[in-house]
Amino acid sequence: MLRLIARRLIFAVVTLWVVSMVVFSAIELLPGDACQAFLGQMAQGKRLENCRTEHNLNAPAYVRYADWALGLSAGDLGKSIKRSKPLEDIIGPRFRNTVILGMTAALVGIPLAILLGALAALYRDRRPDLWISFIAIFCMTVPEFITGTLLISFFSVWLGWLPGIVIMRADAPLLDVLSKIVLPVMTLTLVMVAHIMRMVRTSMIDVLASDFVMMSQLKGVSRLRQVLMHALPNALLPTINLIALNIAWLMGGVLVVEVVFNYPGIGRLSVNAISDRDFPLVQAIALLMASLYVGLNLIADLLALLLNPKLRSRGVG
Amino acid sequence: MTAPLLTIENLSIGFRGPDDQPVFIVREVNMSLAAGETLGLVGESGCGKSSLLLAMMGYYKPGLGRLSGSLSYDGEDPGLISSHQLQALRGGGMALIPQNAGQALTPTLRIKAQMIEVLRLHSDLAPSAWHPRCIELFERVKLPAPEQMLKRYPHELSGGQQQRVAIAMALAGEPNLLLLDEPTTGLDVTTQVEVLALLQEICRDLGTAMVYVSHDIQVIQKVCNQIAIMYAGEIVEMGSRATLLAAPVHPYTQGLLASIPRLHQQTLPRPIAGEMLQPVHRGSSVGCGYANRCLLATDQCQATSPAPRVVMDRWVKCHEVEAAVAGELIRPAQKLLAPALGENLLLAVEDLSVSYQRPSLVRALLGHKPLATVQGVTFGIRQGEILGLVGESGSGKSTILKTIAGLQRSLSGRITLSGTDDLAGPVESRARGCLRKVQLVFQNPDASLNPRKTIGEILRRPLELYFELAPTVMNDEVDALLHRVNLPESYKGRFPGQLSGGEKQRVAIARALAAKPELILCDEITSALDVSVQAAILKLLLDLRADSGVSLLFVSHDLAVVETLCDSVLVLEGGEVREAGLCAEVFKNPQHAYTQALMKAVPIADPRKRKDENDVVHIT
Repeated sequence: MLRLIARRLIFAVVTLWVVSMVVFSAIELLPGDACQAFLGQMAQGKRLENCRTEHNLNAPAYVRYADWALGLSAGDLGKSIKRSKPLEDIIGPRFRNTVILGMTAALVGIPLAILLGALAALYRDRRPDLWISFIAIFCMTVPEFITGTLLISFFSVWLGWLPGIVIMRADAPLLDVLSKIVLPVMTLTLVMVAHIMRMVRTSMIDVLASDFVMMSQLKGVSRLRQVLMHALPNALLPTINLIALNIAWLMGGVLVVEVVFNYPGIGRLSVNAISDRDFPLVQAIALLMASLYVGLNLIADLLALLLNPKLRSRGVG
Repeated sequence: MTAPLLTIENLSIGFRGPDDQPVFIVREVNMSLAAGETLGLVGESGCGKSSLLLAMMGYYKPGLGRLSGSLSYDGEDPGLISSHQLQALRGGGMALIPQNAGQALTPTLRIKAQMIEVLRLHSDLAPSAWHPRCIELFERVKLPAPEQMLKRYPHELSGGQQQRVAIAMALAGEPNLLLLDEPTTGLDVTTQVEVLALLQEICRDLGTAMVYVSHDIQVIQKVCNQIAIMYAGEIVEMGSRATLLAAPVHPYTQGLLASIPRLHQQTLPRPIAGEMLQPVHRGSSVGCGYANRCLLATDQCQATSPAPRVVMDRWVKCHEVEAAVAGELIRPAQKLLAPALGENLLLAVEDLSVSYQRPSLVRALLGHKPLATVQGVTFGIRQGEILGLVGESGSGKSTILKTIAGLQRSLSGRITLSGTDDLAGPVESRARGCLRKVQLVFQNPDASLNPRKTIGEILRRPLELYFELAPTVMNDEVDALLHRVNLPESYKGRFPGQLSGGEKQRVAIARALAAKPELILCDEITSALDVSVQAAILKLLLDLRADSGVSLLFVSHDLAVVETLCDSVLVLEGGEVREAGLCAEVFKNPQHAYTQALMKAVPIADPRKRKDENDVVHIT
C-alpha cells in the first residue's frame, strides 16, 4: 500500500517536471523573447536592453530554466513583465476566488449529481428517469454562456432577485464573495451535474443488476438499505475519477463563466495574461493548472484505492 | 402426515411475448416438499430450474413473472403477502445459498457487517450476542480462524471460504427451508467434496429441508433423497434417488445419465442428438418439450403435452412410458483405443517455467527470482496423441497451454514442435508456417467468435491467412469444414448469436481445423457446455483425431472427461507435474497422493452395474 502511494507520488512529480519542460520550451520556441513580445513595436534599443537585463533574458535557455525551476520549488513563481509585482501576489487572490467558486459549485453539484443519478437508476426507463436524463442532456449540450445568460435574464433582469454580474475587487473578503456568486455557481452546477449524474446512473444500473444486490434482497434487506449499503458505495467507485476531473475543471477557472459574470478569477487572469503577452505570468498559470490536474487525479486515485477493498489489498501483496 | 412445508401447483413462469403469447420459462410444475425433506432439481442450462427456485422465494428475474398456478410456503403464497412479510420470509423462513458466493457478497462490506445484517433482521438476539453467534455459525460451517474471517472483505477469502460464509449466512436466520442454487459449481473438486459433506451434515443435524438446484446429477445424488429432472421448463420425472437413478424411465433422464462421462468406465458417453430449445424458440408450443430430441417421439408427442403419470413409484411426464421402460439405457460399447502412436514426439516441452511477474530491475539487482506459476514442467506429445492436462484452479494448466500458444512468455525452458520449430517465443515472433501448425480452441465460444461476422467469414479467415485459394475452392473448403464438424452448410450465412452453445463450439473447432494444424490446444472447451452436448463434442474430437491424425492438448479440470478422451495424462498441482503416464495406467492405479485425492473427490453416480456394458449398441 505504502509502496503504491510512493510510486504514484513519484509519478506525479515526474509528470510535473515534464510539464514544466514542455511549458518552458513552448514559450522558448515562440519567435522572439518575452521582452520583444511584450514591448511589441517599441522593442528596440535601450528599452529592450533594460527589459532583458531586468528579466535576465540574456542568459542561455538552460540557465533560465534552471533558475525558474529552482524558484518554483522554493515557491517563487517569478516576476510579471507588465505588472511589476511578484506573480504570487497577482495569482494568489484570483486563484482563491476561483477556488471559492469551484468548491461551492462542487459542494452543491456533486451530492446533487449522485442523488439524481441514483434516482434515475432506481426508476430506470420510467418517468423520473426520463425527466432527469432529459434535463441533464439539455444542460450538457447548452454552452455555459447561454445557460449563464439565461439565468441572468431570468433571476436578475426579470425577477430582479440577484445581481447579474459580480462587481468586486479581486481580494474582497470571503463573505462578500460568497454572497455574490449564486448565479455563477448555479451555471457551473447545471453543466457539471449532467456529466456526473449520467455516469452515476450507468454505474448504478450495473450494480443494481449484480448478484450481491439481488442476494441482499433475498436476505430480506429493505429496499432503502439495499440501495444505501450494498449498491451505492460500489456504484460510486468508478465515478471518483470523473468527479476529480470535474473538480480540476472547476479549479482551472471556468473561463467562459468568469467572463460572463465578470468574476475576478484565474480564468480571466489567464486571458488577460495572454492578451498582454505577459509570458512569465502565462507560464506560471499553465504550470499551476497542470499541478492542479495532476494533484487532483492523484487524490482521486488514492481515494479510489482507499474506498475499494480489492485495490487496497492488491497494493499490500 | 403433516402438511407439506412447500407446495407448488401448476406453476408457470415466463413473460408475454409479441401478440400476447405466453413464453414459458417454467411450465405447469407441481411438487410438494415436507419438512426436513431434500429435493434435487436437475437440468441443463436454460431449463428453468433457477427461475423455479427463485420463485419459491417470491422472486422473479426482471421481465419474468408468474403466468399461472399457485405456490404456498407454510400456508402462505410468497407472491401474495405484503413486502414486509416477504422481507421476514426471505432469509428467515427460507434462505438462499447462491451459485457464486464470491459475487453474491457485497465487495465493499466486511464479512461481519453482512453476517450481522442477517442476525439483525432475522433473529431475536441482543446486539451483544451477535458477535458470538457469528463465531458459532462460522465454526458450524468449519471456517478456519473465524475471528479473522469476520474482519475480512469478501475478496480476501478463497472460493471455498466464500461459499462457507454464504452457507453460514443462510443458516443465521435458522430457516426451515434452504434453497441452493448450484452452490458448488465454481469450486474445485476437492473443495466441492468438503462443501457437499458440510451440506449433508447440516441436513442431518438440523433437519432443514432443502431444494438443491444443479446441472450435475452426480452432485445432487450426494445430498438429496428426492430427485426431479427438469427439461425445457417442465419436471419430466420425479422420484426417490435410489429408484430414479437405478431405473430412469423418461427418455431424457435415460439420455442424461448415459451422456455423463464417468471414471473407470471404458466406454464413451452417449450424446443426445440436438440441443434444448431456448424458451423464446419454445414459445407456447403444445407438444412434449423433448420431442425434437427424443428417439421414441411419435406424432402424438409433437401434438400434445403429456399428462403426468405415476409409473413404478414415481411421477413421469411422457406419452411413450411403456416404450421407454422397455428400451434400456445403453451406453455405446466402443472401447477407447489409443491408436498406434509413433515414437516421434510432435511437441516437446522441456523444463518449462512461466511467471506472470515481470522481472523488474530492482528485483533482479536484489537477486530475487520472480515467482513462477509453472516450474520445470517437461512432457511430450506424440503424433496423433491426445494428452490431458488436469489440475485444480491455479495448477498452471492453462498457463502451460497459453505459453505453447505463444500468448504468455516463458521464463525458461524449451518448447519445440516436430523437432525443428521453436515455440519458446511469443506469437508475434513466429513464422506463419509455424503459426499454422498450432491452433487454439477457447473455453467460451461466445467470447471467441466475432459476433459481427458470419460463420462463413469466420471460417474463411484462417484459409485466407494460411493458404492461397481460388474463391470456388475456398467455398468448397468452408463447406467441407462445416461438414467435418457435423454442421449443415446453410450455417455459413448465420451469425454466432443464432447458434446454440454446442454449435458455436463446433464452429470454433472448425476454425482451428481450417489451418490444417498438427496440434490443437483445447482450453476447457467442453466446460461451458451441457453434458448431453459435451458428449457429442468429445465424440467429434475423437473422430477428428482418427481421420486426420491431429494431436490434441486437452486442458480440463474434469477427470472423467480426461479419462474418456485422452491417451495420456499429466496431473499438475501448484505449477508442478505430480504424475504423468498413460490414462489407462494412471487412472487405474494412481501413484501420487494428489492424484488419489483428486480421484476420490469426483462424485460418482454409480446407480447400478450395467449388465450390457460391453457389447450391445442400440440403434433405434
